[in-house]
Amino acid sequence: MTIKTAQNLRRISQIVFFLIFFWLILKTNFDVNLGMSESGEITLPYPVSIALELDPLVALGILLADGTIFKGLLWSLVVLIPTIFMGRIFCGWVCPLGSLNHWISEIPSERLGRKGKGKIDSNRYKKYQRIKYYLFFFFIAAALLGSLQLGLLDPLSLMARSIGTAVLPAIHTVADGLLLWIKSWGISPLGNLAQLIYDLASPILLTFRPAHFHAILTIGLFFIAILVMNRVFTRFWCRGICPLGAMLGIFSRYAIFGLEKDDKGCDGCNLCLLHCQGADGPDINSKWRQSECVVCLNCQAICPNNSLKFKFFPRLGKTEKSPAATQKVDITRRKVAVSVAAGLAMVPLYRTGDAYKVNSNPGLIRPPGAIPEKDFLSRCIRCGQCMRVCPNNALHPTFMESGAEGIWTPIMIPRIGYCEPTCTLCGQVCPTGAITELTVKEKVGDDKTRPVRVGTAFIDRGRCLPWGMTTPCIVCEEWCPTTPKAIYLEDEVTINGRDEVVPVKRPYVDPDRCTGCGACEYACPIINQPAIYVTSIGESRSVENQIILQRKGIDPGKQKG
Amino acid sequence: MERREFLIKAGQATALVVATVATGFYFHNREIAGSDKIIFKTTGFEIPPDSTLPVIALARNEDHIAALHDSLEAVGWIGRFIKPGERVTIKPNIAWDRSPEQAADTNPYLVGEMVRLCIAAGAAEVIVTDNPCNDARRTFIRSGIKEQAEKAGARVILPQTEDFIMTDLKGELLTVWPVLKYFVETDRFINMPIVKQHSLSSCTIGMKNLYGILGGRRNQLHQKIDQSIVDLAAFIRPTLTVVDATHVLMRGGPQGGSPGDVKTVHTVICSTDQVAADARGCELLGLKPEHVGHIVLAQKSGLGQLDYRRAGYKEIV
Repeated sequence: MTIKTAQNLRRISQIVFFLIFFWLILKTNFDVNLGMSESGEITLPYPVSIALELDPLVALGILLADGTIFKGLLWSLVVLIPTIFMGRIFCGWVCPLGSLNHWISEIPSERLGRKGKGKIDSNRYKKYQRIKYYLFFFFIAAALLGSLQLGLLDPLSLMARSIGTAVLPAIHTVADGLLLWIKSWGISPLGNLAQLIYDLASPILLTFRPAHFHAILTIGLFFIAILVMNRVFTRFWCRGICPLGAMLGIFSRYAIFGLEKDDKGCDGCNLCLLHCQGADGPDINSKWRQSECVVCLNCQAICPNNSLKFKFFPRLGKTEKSPAATQKVDITRRKVAVSVAAGLAMVPLYRTGDAYKVNSNPGLIRPPGAIPEKDFLSRCIRCGQCMRVCPNNALHPTFMESGAEGIWTPIMIPRIGYCEPTCTLCGQVCPTGAITELTVKEKVGDDKTRPVRVGTAFIDRGRCLPWGMTTPCIVCEEWCPTTPKAIYLEDEVTINGRDEVVPVKRPYVDPDRCTGCGACEYACPIINQPAIYVTSIGESRSVENQIILQRKGIDPGKQKG
Repeated sequence: MERREFLIKAGQATALVVATVATGFYFHNREIAGSDKIIFKTTGFEIPPDSTLPVIALARNEDHIAALHDSLEAVGWIGRFIKPGERVTIKPNIAWDRSPEQAADTNPYLVGEMVRLCIAAGAAEVIVTDNPCNDARRTFIRSGIKEQAEKAGARVILPQTEDFIMTDLKGELLTVWPVLKYFVETDRFINMPIVKQHSLSSCTIGMKNLYGILGGRRNQLHQKIDQSIVDLAAFIRPTLTVVDATHVLMRGGPQGGSPGDVKTVHTVICSTDQVAADARGCELLGLKPEHVGHIVLAQKSGLGQLDYRRAGYKEIV
């Protein structure tokens, strides 16, 4: 196989894996054509989270935080083992964010800094590339204390979150706007053509309903910033920030595959540097760094003198012109210690903050099946799969609702969407078990088992029509999905401001039956600030956050053992 | 500055001033485009009365398809309502994410059979749709209606935002509302409700089922529920009302959930008078029609006969 073929294989591999990843996110969606099993379960036909399960950083983080490698995360060995032998091929050949950064970096530019000398200089190894190792050790240390922060920067979680909650919904907004605009021209062939294109593309690209997400600007701008940085430094994210890249760099310490330089043929043309993706020093005057190389093969392919060769058991020693290559990571023990200390210090800081436990936001309503908050924060990687799949657009990324520690973790905002009692999709797609997979039976409960509760509804009598405004309305009761209904009505005869007798039915909430699903809040006609609203108290997952002293039935989960 | 350069610059500046001022005046105080078109449409889908046939027929049979056939035959069979080449829209109640045995949505097998009958009668197209309360993807799947109706050959449509058109209902309470277009742009309209208890309107059968043709914030309609139901019934007058009372939701309506709240009655009612259909249907819930606000108001508004026996009633049991 010639080097050009190998380089083309790498290109194909990048495209294929990127498309697979993108397709899996697209399929993390409640499809109109889904079927239902005999037992009434509606399940997604594809294992949409498998890409996230390939992530060794997530597997390691959860192992440290929780002492377990959760289910599918054992698949991450498929990435880790080849890395040990071959180096960071995952970064150069597979990672979807890596590929995206690669492509954006390579769009030709007129700017001086990216041409010739300037670009060669920017592609030399720089000290900023160490930052990723500090971040890696920071996250690992935080995970040791049970705070899984690495989802913020882990490339696969980041990619799934950004595409699922920001990019695709934005595409939906653009598509809808464009279609309306073209139709408004009033030229019917054009309008029909636009409609045809829209109808063809929408089953693939768009969701059934356009989604609107809370705090989405933070996610979107962060993603844009990562992409834009590629125009300053080639693959800036991969070189300098990516904690998964750092982990794989460390695991490539004993790689038997690498770059062998032949200084006799080299005439110092620096073409290798001009095309280097990892800033790993392929040129004759630098030492080659295994931990930075993403094995893109560009240097070997471009070398006019065949002086560079990727091979098994390469000679990495010093030659006349070239310094010895290194498989070590460019950080000192002292800096590792400082990073670890910072990670260890951050967790107590987070948890001394009042948002954790003592003054938690009443709106911090976690998805059904979410594990207790302390465990949740040691599991959730903020991949946004649950938010994307929720058919009612009920789940949203937090901004500061759960403190800085929980940024971009999921909460339910019933005003936008409520939790459908028979829907179990968020638990199905969660790759880490932060949301446990429930069956419909478990979620709804029965005579012996309690339903899964996410909170409790409260009535604001000043805003409620029958309570405060002598006006009939029973919408919350109508929408209440529990049986018997948690919202019940009492007949009252009221006299309104015009001395007319108005019989009304006033709603009450039975806290023993309410599951906090939020259907009442969603349906309440007082749209801007609803007269009935849900807060997290009464949630099944918490022992402390309760109102009722004793509730009937056994809690779900306890029954399982 | 040379004279030539001065003239060019001055010319350019003048052109820019003219363009700016012209743009300002051209767009000054323009009406903002894009306000919704309002549609006026007649929505009387009734067929002429036939004095030889009963207006309303009830059939009871453990074979629910047979019950449908019996009651339909009594009011003149499908050929009286559907002519070859006509477009038919069937509106079952698909409001809630509930399975058939919970009796919150219309019996899917009756819907399937109705589709089959319409197609056999030569309908050009049969559309089955509803604007549900819960997410349409869930309600259409779980109710079993999507599967059964598609199997029978209907086009099942899950409503999208752009499927609603602003329509003047010309009601006392309901004026301009978004209406799902498939209910106005059709030739024949068959209403297929299920009988359920409802804590504000006492019952939801045929006329209350018409809430499902509306979009918008219809949860405000409950503030004057009787008038809004009657406004809807006056706006859209079905060709035929087929009431599914095979299973009746006695309590916990309109959403139900517990099979314990469901009573199996094995009954189907076909009626060309939607008030009579509701009057007969509410009796299955143990109600008297003269005590049900919207049925009384509909009778007063001249929409139909509350006293269904006088209207022409047949029972096949």
